[in-house]
Amino acid sequence: MASILETRSLQKRFGGLQAVANVDFEIDDGELHCLIGPNGAGKSTLFKLILGRYPPTAGTIRFRGEDITHLRSYERIRRGMSIKMQVPGIFKDLSVRQNLAIALQEHCRPARLAAEIDRLAEFVDLTEQASQLAGNLSHGQQQWLEIGMAVAIKPSLLLLDEPTAGMSPEETFKTGEIVHRLNAERMTILVVEHDMTFIRQMARRITVMHLGTIFAQGTMDEITRHEGVSRIYLGESHDG
Amino acid sequence: MPRFLKLLHGDQTIGRGPAFWVGFCVVLLGALLYPLGADDYYVGNTAYFFIWIFMALGLSLIWGYTGMLSFGQTAFFGLAGYGYGVISINLGSAYGLTFFALVSAVLLAALLALLLGYFMIYGRIGGVFFGIVTLSVTFAFSQFLAQTAGPQWRIGAARLNGYNGMGGILPLSLPWFGEEIYIEGSILYYLLLVMLVVCYLALRILVNSRFGNVLVAIRENPERAEMLGYDIRKYQLAIFVIGGALAGISGAMYTSWGQFITPATMALPAVAMPIIWVAVGGRKDLTATLVGTFVLLYVFQTVTVYSQQYALILMGALLLLTVLFAPSGYVVAFAELLRRLTAAKPRDNAVSRRVIRRATDD
Repeated sequence: MASILETRSLQKRFGGLQAVANVDFEIDDGELHCLIGPNGAGKSTLFKLILGRYPPTAGTIRFRGEDITHLRSYERIRRGMSIKMQVPGIFKDLSVRQNLAIALQEHCRPARLAAEIDRLAEFVDLTEQASQLAGNLSHGQQQWLEIGMAVAIKPSLLLLDEPTAGMSPEETFKTGEIVHRLNAERMTILVVEHDMTFIRQMARRITVMHLGTIFAQGTMDEITRHEGVSRIYLGESHDG
Repeated sequence: MPRFLKLLHGDQTIGRGPAFWVGFCVVLLGALLYPLGADDYYVGNTAYFFIWIFMALGLSLIWGYTGMLSFGQTAFFGLAGYGYGVISINLGSAYGLTFFALVSAVLLAALLALLLGYFMIYGRIGGVFFGIVTLSVTFAFSQFLAQTAGPQWRIGAARLNGYNGMGGILPLSLPWFGEEIYIEGSILYYLLLVMLVVCYLALRILVNSRFGNVLVAIRENPERAEMLGYDIRKYQLAIFVIGGALAGISGAMYTSWGQFITPATMALPAVAMPIIWVAVGGRKDLTATLVGTFVLLYVFQTVTVYSQQYALILMGALLLLTVLFAPSGYVVAFAELLRRLTAAKPRDNAVSRRVIRRATDD
């Protein structure tokens, strides 16, 4: 299967700290890929490099065959990326409907806008809350709203940064269902997550990062059997 | 109804439905009839109040809608004021050239906003630094003009004249069968009223359009706006230029009205005033800004008759009271009160309610 995203020798250094070190990383088109690792492993930095929030110290990033290493964030978004950020990145003082409208307005005909907003609100289970201010939603609902906004721009690659952070087990499960449905519609999804139950629910290819490098890759079973992975999560080893 | 007219009301503006537009027409009718019954002095004075509202609307767009606190409005006002003066003195009033001076002065203000905005926005100056840089530019411009008292400081026939101010500026005028009609008194009043209504309605359409949605998105969460694929710098720059041009209209019309301008129009009290008008009225809404600015100008002038110092203290106190008790502005708070009083009525006005609620929740 062709890769949709590919990084080659990607590096990011903050002063003396090598946050991302020579990362060669690929995601296949249509894949649902989980990125895990202990705190400080470099997952968020890798996300920010992919999105263009940070310029890399060295290396290249290709998206759908195009070198996007030096493009600005909004240009990458327009080429088909989208993100749900770790802290809900929504417009809190605007209604749910307005939040979705702002995300959708460039991606559907004006006559279709209202219907599309309804469809999307239903998809993320916020139909009843459509007129509420986004800031008044529960934490879980805010996360779903942001997923709805991220999906509204019809991306081919969706990045989810800890989509279940702070959610109850029920909300986490529901989030998993939303992600599965999106993936079933052929959307490529890359998830950074800590919640192992959620990752198990995703049950796809997993990449483990540690100290800025790719430490291991494989299925859930392979990763759980991997000796080094349990060691780094228990904090016993830094040398793999 | 054409689609763009539907944008006269939407999520980004208070007021919709027949009640609002009936009220709007009544106020407009009152404004149209006012010169017929009022003394010339009061008509000219009301025209003077109208002049400042363009600048306030511009600040509402930049600060209230897009979230960039700018003290630059006063610099754009001053540049357009001096620009109108210099051009009108040099070109004279034949062939309606004073209107050319007006348009040129507004374009000059827009050009300064474009240059200043470009370096700030593309140079990633944001937050409080945006305010500091715009304030510094305004003061630098004001200080520069203050030291132009010497005869060498002239542009063509126009002497800048330092703190004494530039005089001899021609009022707007139009040739009329060999005669010249000066745009002053009631004519100036009606011209300003038409300009104000056109600007107000056009800006309502602008802020309720897709463009306006993006402005509000930038105010609420710039990173999210960019992560939806919007090049937020273009939107910020565009609104900064539109706001600057509106301040330019105020500056040029002010100079035409008084035929005189000094650097004091860009001193600290002058810089603070637009911020106070817009904050006290309600920066996140055009109507609140318009009404608030008019009322505050009237109050300020009334108190100034007794003491200018007290008038300034009153304005400062009003700003404090706004920050403490009605951060969204008093006109917005009053609109919310009206909504509550009429809440028993079944007519749904959900969107306006939302706008008001989010503004009052700040």
